[in-house]
Order: sequence, then structure tokens, then C-alpha cells
Amino acid sequence: MTDTLSISLAPSQSEKFRTRVLPFLIMAAVLVVIPLTGPSRTTYSLLNAIGINMVFALSYNMLLGRAGLLSFGHAVYFGLGGYAAMHAMQAIETGTGLWSIFPVFALPLVGFAGGALAGAVIGWPSCRRAGIPFAMISLGLAELVAAAGFMFTSLFGGEEGVSGDRMNGPELFGLSLGPINEVYWFIAAWTLIGTVAMFAFTRTPLGKMGEAVRDNPERVEFVGYDPQRVRYLIFIFAGGFAGLAGGMAAVNYEIFTPETLSVIPSGFVLLMAYVGGIRYFAGPMLGAVLLTYMQSNLSDFTEAWLLYLGLLFMMIVMFAPSGLAGVLVSISQGLQSPDRRDILGRWARYAAGALLAFTGIVITIEVAVRESSGFGEVFEPFGFALAPDNPVTWLLALGLVGAGGWVMRSSGSDKEEASS
Amino acid sequence: MSTPALSIRDLTKNFGPAEIIRGVTLDIPPGERHAIIGPNGAGKSTLFNLISGLHRPTSGSVHLGSQKISGRKAHEINRMGLSRSFQVSNIFANMTVRENVRCAVLWSLGTGYSFWRNIGNLKHVQERTAEVLETVGLIDKASLPAASLPYADQRTLEIAITIAGGADVILLDEPTAGMSHSETERAVALIERATRGKTLIIVEHDMSVVFGLSDRISVLVYGEVIASGPPEAIRGDAKVREAYLGDEAEDSPMVEGAA
Ligand SMILES: Nc1ncnc2c1ncn2[C@@H]1O[C@H](COP(=O)(O)OP(=O)(O)OP(=O)(O)O)[C@@H](O)[C@H]1O
Ligand SMILES: [Mg+2]
Repeated sequence: MTDTLSISLAPSQSEKFRTRVLPFLIMAAVLVVIPLTGPSRTTYSLLNAIGINMVFALSYNMLLGRAGLLSFGHAVYFGLGGYAAMHAMQAIETGTGLWSIFPVFALPLVGFAGGALAGAVIGWPSCRRAGIPFAMISLGLAELVAAAGFMFTSLFGGEEGVSGDRMNGPELFGLSLGPINEVYWFIAAWTLIGTVAMFAFTRTPLGKMGEAVRDNPERVEFVGYDPQRVRYLIFIFAGGFAGLAGGMAAVNYEIFTPETLSVIPSGFVLLMAYVGGIRYFAGPMLGAVLLTYMQSNLSDFTEAWLLYLGLLFMMIVMFAPSGLAGVLVSISQGLQSPDRRDILGRWARYAAGALLAFTGIVITIEVAVRESSGFGEVFEPFGFALAPDNPVTWLLALGLVGAGGWVMRSSGSDKEEASS
Repeated sequence: MSTPALSIRDLTKNFGPAEIIRGVTLDIPPGERHAIIGPNGAGKSTLFNLISGLHRPTSGSVHLGSQKISGRKAHEINRMGLSRSFQVSNIFANMTVRENVRCAVLWSLGTGYSFWRNIGNLKHVQERTAEVLETVGLIDKASLPAASLPYADQRTLEIAITIAGGADVILLDEPTAGMSHSETERAVALIERATRGKTLIIVEHDMSVVFGLSDRISVLVYGEVIASGPPEAIRGDAKVREAYLGDEAEDSPMVEGAA
């Protein structure tokens, strides 16, 4: 009897397939199809960077989204894993001992080991506390490790870092890993492996207890688990997967510098995970795609791209705290709801308002950036000169922001009326 | 006499200068249903917190069977077979009802901190979870988020989490507080069913529940046990009448409790 019960309790086979297997099959298919479209070298290097960041951001979300641990120093594990892989790459090149038979393709495993080891050492003191003390300790440790990175030159290579050559050792799957399209297969394979493994982790008893510790650490103690131990073990895994991403980066870039350990990449991974949506497994992957794209492309268009990144982050925190994934989920729910025409109309107005306000902000930023760089350059969108000393410029910017804000507000108040 | 299931010796607890528990000594034999009553602020919940390891006693000891548990951590005490509920529902609000219960059965089924097994493939976990949900009558609400449950169901879930691990000694802190008359009746029936053959210690304000359910009653006033004995003796005890029961005793809760 309990048998039929447990079957009716658990999701059906088709439901399981749809939510747990199909997404990864689609992901694999997309990864296989991409090279058929004949991407350029630039596209390939962007794709490789995205793959690395996807794994890195997912590993960060093992802490923030799943276990409720806010870390300001996650790049430490990415960096230390990457350095471990870099040194292993050099050992493969010189062919010392067992390294002579170690394929470069498997270096992310070395990265995983390095990151997990670092997590095991650093997590021991820091996982005793959650919340703000944990966050502060992670920040302090990040500064410490980054400083050590610049000091211990023999290990971290000083300013130049440690570099290597990936075209050594035995080849796996007939990949020499020389040309970038071969590196693509390496990155694609490890992105898929890392994603599947981290998803599987969420389904284990430890992964589930991590969520329990996030929600209610006190009660966890009264069902027989030690919340500190749960946090510590998850921390080690998060370090390991960050190290895996570091190992992918080591092979992709063939160089690691101490900057990779610093608080700047630690902040960037937080942004990727948060912008994508920490409450959804795939959220950090979306964030990795968007932010990596912005990092490599937007910086070609404007020197103010970091301002836009900050703006995006603020917008997400204020208006869409469940991130891009949350926005997508509510759009798809809106499309399925019976009064979707109302909802869509409201969203369209809201989006139009946001677009107006955003245009105003872009004008302000671009005019200001050009003025402050002092070369007398004038922002000329579509051949329309917007000089900083022309009042029309500022009226336009202010007017757009004001009008956009008003449109957003009026559609927002509709929303409240409708729901109340 | 066999070893008591739970044995409390000269237990005290001070919060700063305030002496909240002032030398409690209590032996509870296996299988007994023991009620702890007393006015608000008497220290009943604090006593539970000391026994279950949430707080450390200032002095004195607590033994579970022959093993000393005072000074141990809460999760260790839980693993040794003592489980407690909370006066204010203390559930995993963001999880579904089923996930709540599943978290509570994992340790007792030897799953530990396993990270190499898919929880969905652990058949005994699914079965035990379903069994507990059925016992407490929450099986129809298994896939609802715990936070969305009505109050009485949250209290039931609180009990479900407490009993799920199969502990032999169960501590329930005001399980029926805030429930309507019919909800209370259902909760009492559930408690009787779920703790059959186990040792139960229950803090309760509803006298009909107390007198109907318990084999023995202890009265805690200002951190001291002023009387301990079978229900009839407690009802007749002059000190208890004076300190606590007051007029309530005249309402003859025995009749209600028996109904
Ligand atoms: N952590 C604490 N720090 C300081 N004082 C506390 C603490 N916990 C409880 N107290 C105090 O101890 C006293 C007893 O509280 P306790 O919650 O044990 O009473 P209770 O008998 O359970 O009352 P009630 O019937 O209202 O639940 C109260 O005066 C309370 O303020
Ligand atoms: Mg209390």
C-alpha cells in the first residue's frame, strides 16, 4: 500500500523526464549544433568564455541560491583550481612521472581537486558561521589569498602569472586542442559534465539538506543533521566546481594570473548568478550568457559598459529580484493565464516605459562620459548631435527618464489594483 | 525498577542573573505519557530547550536511558532518539509538505550526508515519508508549500517532523495551542496514535487534553516542580490548586477529557 502511495507522491516518469532529462538533452543538442553554424574565431572565444562562466556561476549558486551562503571570495577557488591545472599542464609538457600519460583534456579534474582542497582548508573556519560573519570572512580571505598570489612568485608567477602549452601529452577523442574549434569541444564537454553534475548534486540527500539549512538551520539540528557540517561539505563541492571552471579556463587561455583570485572576479560571479536568478537552477547560466556577452561586446561599443552592468544589477535587485529566470518564468505563466491579454498589455506598457527611461539614462551616461574624457567628442546617435552644453540634450534625457518613469508607474499601479 | 527513559537531575538554568529553571529533578519511565503544566513563563519551554540541547544547562544533568545527553549538541541528542517539537511552528516554510517530512526521515534511515545517491531513488525514504504523511493525515496536501498550509495543518506538520525520525522519546511543546475545539480533538487523536509505545512528554495548557492524555503530570512553577503524580493526585493537591489550577479545576476537566 505504501508502494502505491509513494508512487502517487513522487512525480510521474514523464514529468521526471520533462523536468530532469529533457533540458540536458536540449543543452547537449545545442552544443553540438553550434559548430555547424560555422562560428567565427571571435564567436568561438566568446562561447568558450561563456561555458567557463556558466560552470563558475553554477558553482557559486551552490552556495548562494541553494545553501544561502553569500560569498565575496568565490574566485579564490576558481583561481586556485586554475593554478593547479596550470602547474599540471607544465608537468605534462615536461613529462615528469605520471603526468606524461595525463591528457590535457582531463585537466579540469585537477582543477576540481585543487578547488575542493582549497575549499576544505578555507571552509573549515569559515563555515562555522552563516549569514554576515560568513560573508565577511569570505571577503577577508579573498583579499588575503589575492595578496598572497602576488607575493609568492614561484607558485603564482607574479604579475605575469603562470603560462603553459595545452598541445602536449596524450590526445583524447582525437583532439589536439590546438585550434579554437577543438577547444570548443573541450569546453562544451566540460560545461555539460559540470552542469549535469551540479544538477545531480541538488537531488542528493546532502543537496536537499543544504536547502533545509538555508531555510531553517535551527530545525535541521532537530532532525539529526549538523548544519555546520552540511555547510562545510557543500562549500567543498562549490569550491571543487569553481576549480573545475578554473581548469577549463587554464586550458582555454593557457595562462593564469593572480588577478583571477581577487575580489573583482568574485564580484563578477555574484553578479552573474544574481542577475540570472539564484532561485532557479538555470538562472546563473542565463546570467553567465548575458554578462559574458556584455563583458566582451559592450566594451567595444562604450567605455561606460561597467556603468551599464551596475545599472542592470540595480534594476534586477529593485524590480526583478528573482532575476532573468524569474522574469522568463512569470512571462510564461502570464502567457498561460486566462486573462493574458490584460497582463501582456500591462507588461508591454511597462516595457515601453522602461525603454524610454533607459534611453534617457543612456543619453546622460554617454554625453557625460564623452565630456569627462576631455577630447571634446560629441555623442551623435543616428547623426543627431547631443552636445553637453546644449540644454536640449539634458531636457531630452530628463524628459525621457521622467516620461518612462511615469509610464512604468501607471502600469504598475494597474497591477496593484488588479491584484487587490 | 528499569532505567527511566529520561532522567533529569537537579537541572538549573540561568539567563544572566535570572534563574529560570531552579533545580528540576524528574524521572520518566519508558512508555509513560507525562504532561508538564504550569503558568506562563514558568520555564516549560526552557526545560524542553535544555533537554533537547538547544540550550546548555547551568548545572545538573539529563540522561536518555543510560546515556548522558546534557552538554551534547542538539543533533547528537536527536540521533540518540529524542525528538522535540516547538511551541511556535518551526518548519521548512519554503519546502513542500512532503519535502519537510523527507528531511526529517533522512538521518534515521542512514542516508547521512550522502552526495552520491539520488534522493528520488531511495525507496525506503519515499516509503517512510508516505507512511508518516499518512499517519498524520497530510498525504493529500503533500505537494503544497508548507507556508501555504492553514495554521492547524502547520501544527500537524510540526508534529509530523518531530515523529518522522522514529525517536523513542518525544517532547511536544503545546501542540494544540491556538487550535479550535475540533482541531484539538483531532490533534490529540493523532498524538495518541503517533506516540503509541513511545515515551511522551507534553507541555499543554488545555486541561482536558492534559487530564485525558497523561499517565502522570508534573506542575512547574517558577522553574521548580511543585508536584508530580497521577492526574487524580494532582487535581487534589492543595499546592497545585493554589498555585496554578485555581478555578479551572472546578470546571471538572476530567469529564471533558474522558469524552
Ligand atoms: N533565551 C532566553 N534568554 C533570556 N530569557 C529567557 C530565554 N528563554 C526564556 N527566557 C525567560 O524564561 C522564562 C520562562 O520562559 P519559557 O518560555 O520557558 O516559559 P513557558 O513556561 O514555556 O511559558 P509559556 O507557557 O508562555 O510558553 C520567561 O521569563 C522568559 O522570558
Ligand atoms: Mg512555552
